[in-house]
Amino acid sequence: MENGLTISNDVTVKTAPQTRKRRKSALSGNVWQLHALLLLPMAFLVLFNLVPIAGLRMAFLESYNYRLGIWGSPWGGLTQFRYMFTVLPEFWTVFRNTLVIAVAKLVFGFPVPIAVALLLNEMRSKKTKKAIQTAIYLPYFISWVVMGGILKNIFQANGFFDRFLGVFGYTPSTLWLQSNSSFVPILVVSEIWKGFGFGTIIYLAALTGVDPNLYEAAEIDGANRVKQTLHITLPAMMPVVILNLILNLGGILNAGFEQIFVLYSQKVYDTADIIDTYVYRLTFGQGTNYPLGTAIGLFKSVIAFILIGGTNLVLVKKTDYRIF
Amino acid sequence: MKRVSIPYKIFTVFNYIVCVALALSCVLPLVNLFAVSFSAKAVVEAGGVGLWPRGFNADAYGYIFSTAQFWNSLKVSVLKTVLGTLITLILTICLAYPLSRKKGALRGRSVYMAVIIFCMLFSGGLVPTYLLVANTLNMKNTLWALILPGGVQIFSAVIMMNFFRQLPGEIEEAAHVDGADHFRSLFLIVLPCSLPIIATVVLFAFVGNWNSWFDGLIYMTQPEMYPLQTFLQQYLKEPPGFSIGLVYKELSEDSMAAANIFIIMVPLIAIYPFLQKYFIKGIVLGSVKG
Repeated sequence: MENGLTISNDVTVKTAPQTRKRRKSALSGNVWQLHALLLLPMAFLVLFNLVPIAGLRMAFLESYNYRLGIWGSPWGGLTQFRYMFTVLPEFWTVFRNTLVIAVAKLVFGFPVPIAVALLLNEMRSKKTKKAIQTAIYLPYFISWVVMGGILKNIFQANGFFDRFLGVFGYTPSTLWLQSNSSFVPILVVSEIWKGFGFGTIIYLAALTGVDPNLYEAAEIDGANRVKQTLHITLPAMMPVVILNLILNLGGILNAGFEQIFVLYSQKVYDTADIIDTYVYRLTFGQGTNYPLGTAIGLFKSVIAFILIGGTNLVLVKKTDYRIF
Repeated sequence: MKRVSIPYKIFTVFNYIVCVALALSCVLPLVNLFAVSFSAKAVVEAGGVGLWPRGFNADAYGYIFSTAQFWNSLKVSVLKTVLGTLITLILTICLAYPLSRKKGALRGRSVYMAVIIFCMLFSGGLVPTYLLVANTLNMKNTLWALILPGGVQIFSAVIMMNFFRQLPGEIEEAAHVDGADHFRSLFLIVLPCSLPIIATVVLFAFVGNWNSWFDGLIYMTQPEMYPLQTFLQQYLKEPPGFSIGLVYKELSEDSMAAANIFIIMVPLIAIYPFLQKYFIKGIVLGSVKG
């Protein structure tokens, strides 16, 4: 079946050798069409993904001279990295913040879609289930700018949250989004709220694959719903759960740039400033220190690359699953 | 007959309450936004607006629709979304179809895949990409800066490739026997069978293009070239409340923000029910590894 012959076996048997050869060449003669289709998307990838990688020379510059460009500016070797690891006071703060926020989101957010998928799975009424699904997928499609606007409104002084607390007789005087103790919890909860519904899709799909006979057999054996969930439903979800968890570990340095960018302010830099927001301020905000910003960004990319590549290696060795 | 135990009945009630509460938590803030955007200043500032406008007041919309900035941004957003979605769909199909062919059909497939996987895992990051688009390609303050860099969506291409793979191969094989080449097979057989995945890719591209704002922030130096989301981001950062309040005395800042936010969500809410039918199927079938 080499050379792209997609004719099935029984057809090839029936055809005479000569026509078979002609047809084979007819399709393999068309392989250029496949390469032609790939030309345009590949050109895009090379231009917008690979060329910027060459531009990473920026991270190794002594300093950036706008007139001389990336290729003409003076080479500085590891100057930027040395500066960032040993001198720059903010670096370890933003690195720690990034990890704390991302880990908190993973620990608290990861189980939520699994639990909701299990709950939805127990629903008998198809219509109610469908309506609930429609509602909980919606926030995923709303931008962080819009979400930021909604959250700012909820957490403003005397906003919905304050009035809600007022019902219980508690009158706070905190500006929730400007306090280091409440900012990160708000990040975690709003991230979960935006994504949990969409996250259930993949788990629900895994559950539709479970053989209903298993439940019947379990019922005859006297297993109640809790036992059925523990011994049938959960094991059926396990492969997807593990795959998802490993994928999430790979992105552990992505603490959520857009979300933090629209919500944070100088007052919460101590806990909320992450690598991405810091790089943005270094390069577009207060200054234009391109080499340093690029170096910090590169540091993050390399760690992410190692994490994802490493987890994929583990996957290939231990399970049938792989990311690619 | 099924026996339903008392604890399970209690659980069912609890289950419905939790799930309905979750669903409401996702929808009610948006309904409230709508209500606030149409309500009078006094009611909004007293925090008295629930799920329906009180003291009906459409000044916020009147003001927004009277500004040139809104119409400029709307134009940028619409053009960017329509063109961007179209380009992404075409590029995704061009990428997914050849790579979905059977083993050995495409010589050099592993090279293509290596490039794609590498691009998925590693990127030049913010600054090199910015300098390429803004300086080398000179796309500052043009629509292309918002459309082209994100043209190829690798995730979409991968799920589309997986979707093509699980299509039954028999029809295509028959067509090949009858002399159809790859182009014909793609346009006459594969694409007409792929409505769910096309809808999924379109939905993600549409939402991604409509929602993106950071590219507008860094590539556009003239505010009139901001797409709506970037305009909204800037607006929410520093609401220009005072000057508006002089003309529209019955308009609260919250209503203005809510109206701005609500207008931006209208296209999403409009397409959501149509595409929702397909995207679950597209995601689920596309996630199956061949």
